[in-house]
Amino acid sequence: MAPKSVRSQPALDREPPAPLVPEPVSTVKTKLKASHLNFYYGSFQALHDISLEMHTNHITALIGPSGCGKSTFLRTLNRINETIRHSRVEGTVLLDDVDVRTVDITNLRRRVGMVFQRPNPFPKSISENVAYGLKINGLVSRGELRDRVEQSLRRAALWDEVKDKLNESAYALSGGQQQRLCIARALAVDPEVLLLDEPCSALDPIATAKIEELLFGLKDQCTMVIVTHNMQQAARVADYTGFFLMGKLIEFDNTDTIFKNPSKKETEDYITGRFG
Amino acid sequence: MRLHWRRTVNYVMLGLTAVCTAVTISTLFVILGYLLYFGGKSLDWSFFTKLPLPPGEAGGGMANAIAGSLEILAIAGLIGIPIGFLAGVYLSEFEDKSFAPVVRYTADLLNGVPSIIVGILAWTLVVVPMRRFSALAGAIALSVMLIPIVSRQTEQFLREVPMALREAALALGASKWKTVATVVVPAGSKGVLTGMILGMARIAGETAPLLFTALSNQFWPSGVTQPTATLPYMIFTHAVSPFDDWHRQAWAAGLVLIAAVLTANILARLVLARGISVPRG
Repeated sequence: MAPKSVRSQPALDREPPAPLVPEPVSTVKTKLKASHLNFYYGSFQALHDISLEMHTNHITALIGPSGCGKSTFLRTLNRINETIRHSRVEGTVLLDDVDVRTVDITNLRRRVGMVFQRPNPFPKSISENVAYGLKINGLVSRGELRDRVEQSLRRAALWDEVKDKLNESAYALSGGQQQRLCIARALAVDPEVLLLDEPCSALDPIATAKIEELLFGLKDQCTMVIVTHNMQQAARVADYTGFFLMGKLIEFDNTDTIFKNPSKKETEDYITGRFG
Repeated sequence: MRLHWRRTVNYVMLGLTAVCTAVTISTLFVILGYLLYFGGKSLDWSFFTKLPLPPGEAGGGMANAIAGSLEILAIAGLIGIPIGFLAGVYLSEFEDKSFAPVVRYTADLLNGVPSIIVGILAWTLVVVPMRRFSALAGAIALSVMLIPIVSRQTEQFLREVPMALREAALALGASKWKTVATVVVPAGSKGVLTGMILGMARIAGETAPLLFTALSNQFWPSGVTQPTATLPYMIFTHAVSPFDDWHRQAWAAGLVLIAAVLTANILARLVLARGISVPRG
């Protein structure tokens, strides 16, 4: 069992933004809803009948062992899995009650941003990285661009560290800074949803803490879905947690319920580290 | 005893590889040495500024052939580089269908076609209908050789651009072609540029495709539809002539040509040495 970090205590015991018992349906709005989702890579079925609702302005964590399908599920939400050849999806994903397959792909991906496992800034300057999404979508005028870049970098808590070197290469930044730059790049187009695919797995604990803090602060601005290997991380940041195993969603509930009182044996085994 | 034998075999094999390595690199230096010695002796300023003189008259130069080579290479580049580049982009980025392997295999085959055959093709398709040898015909022949080189190099370097960068752009709402144009190609641009330079250097020395397309000329190039002198062709005609003065000119032309090709190669290495603009992994 990993030593409990100091940060995990207040996170678990904090005044919950969402009550520990499920809220009445009227106050929790569903942003994304997956229904009976199956996903195939060629003949291999990676997702089995996943149904899951992700609530507006809450953080949903997806945990599970490697290869359990949690990243595949995440990548189905913004349809970026479609770039893989011989892949096939069944079932529906609804964004604000509209099937994502009927939404224009450019529009969908602007509304549903994504941050990847390894920081992947473009080989361009820091400000060009942040401005990229705005430019290709033609969202703002040239004059507004500077302000939007600054605003996005501030939202990603990176502004103070980079304000004097906006025109330097993004590769000059540390790994943690690069990842926050990628978050700033995703935030620049004002996404309604932010998908995070193990955003801290390549980072040290200090950089991880900064990003978690950042995600917390972003909750009132967008809905987040985070895939993580790190159970403490899920416990720290997420309001809801889903446990995936072998392409199936085993259990989904409030984070506290999942970690303190899981109803499925598989979940308990995984949480307590008894799992292979 | 066995150990002794194994050691002997080891030394013999090591010695053989060393000898073969020496032969390999010394070949280049022998060629360079010959060219520097004989070419250097014959090279003077008038070689770059004067037109060739009739046999028997001393002096003169190959200014027209230098200009002709540059003209034909420029046209060949204008035709071959865009086609090869776009084909390479297709092979690397858009190969969803079963068509791409065919294109790739065809490019490899085309790369292996003897250059004299390419010359015959251009002769049949351009020279015969136009009823005249021309710089254009020579340039088309060279561009046919350039296309597979550039397309395969472009494909190779674009493939080295990490998938994560494409996904980053797609996830921001970029369309496929916008991703390619604004992220993939800029990230692989140094390698792609290197491929273009090396391709141009490669065709700069080709002689066979020019023999019955551009032919030659004793005067300044007078338009793309006229026969035009080129350095490789001049080396060929001057080297096989019976005149000592022409032989000297041929050595000088050889030196100029190889210097240009080497410069292009070094330039390409320099471009690439500044690194692929993306860290691997």
